Amino acid sequence: MRKYIAENDRGRCVACGVCVKTCPRNAISIFRGCYAVVNNEVCVGCGLCEKTCPAGIMYKVKIA
Amino acid sequence: MWIVSATYFVMGFFNIVFAWFGMICFIIPLLVAIIGGNKIWCNKYCGRGQIFLVLGNKLGFSRGKAAPRWLSSIWFRNGFLVFFMSFFINMIYVTVLVAKDIRSLSETVNLLWTINVPWHWAYPVEIEPWKAQFAFGLYGIMLTSVIVGIVLTIIYRPRTWCVCCPMGNMTQMICKLKNKE
Repeated sequence: MRKYIAENDRGRCVACGVCVKTCPRNAISIFRGCYAVVNNEVCVGCGLCEKTCPAGIMYKVKIA
Repeated sequence: MWIVSATYFVMGFFNIVFAWFGMICFIIPLLVAIIGGNKIWCNKYCGRGQIFLVLGNKLGFSRGKAAPRWLSSIWFRNGFLVFFMSFFINMIYVTVLVAKDIRSLSETVNLLWTINVPWHWAYPVEIEPWKAQFAFGLYGIMLTSVIVGIVLTIIYRPRTWCVCCPMGNMTQMICKLKNKE
């Protein structure tokens, strides 16, 4: 089972789309040009988006 | 698209008239945001962003460190937008002065908001002075943002420019406004 999931700070997201391009599972989309949204069903918490987000607002968090 | 963008900067080096194509990077994203209500330009087509990705990821010119938090703060982003817009408006003002024959054409490209770099070799054809002035001004803005963007790419991550990009900020604002309706 997956132990992590991606979460982001929507208030600081600049909707640049780098995470969308990086995500190997296509789990992230940009919601109407406002911020990135992670699809929790698809995300496996690999952490690639956390490493590439230029604003540094993507976080790999442990599933409670 | 990054090839298109790179070609643009090379062409502007030889013939400044090509700088006019830079307006595409201003008009299309705004139109897409106003009509479509999304940032598909930033997300998929922005050639400048792709140059940073190629430099940072493919060629490895990037430390890969996250940008400091203040860079993505609303205050800095909006401040930078105002700062950039003031130069854009100044550029249009100078163009109007040249068009009215109040000022003569200066064949320089203003880089990093301070240095006027001579660029006279890129003016081989005779066009109306105001058209040339606008081209020199616009090319200066475009080149400045690429230089700053490359520096940010090297120090932080590729496309750190996007965090404070005035165009991205504007289109995001439009999208957020549209979403409130």
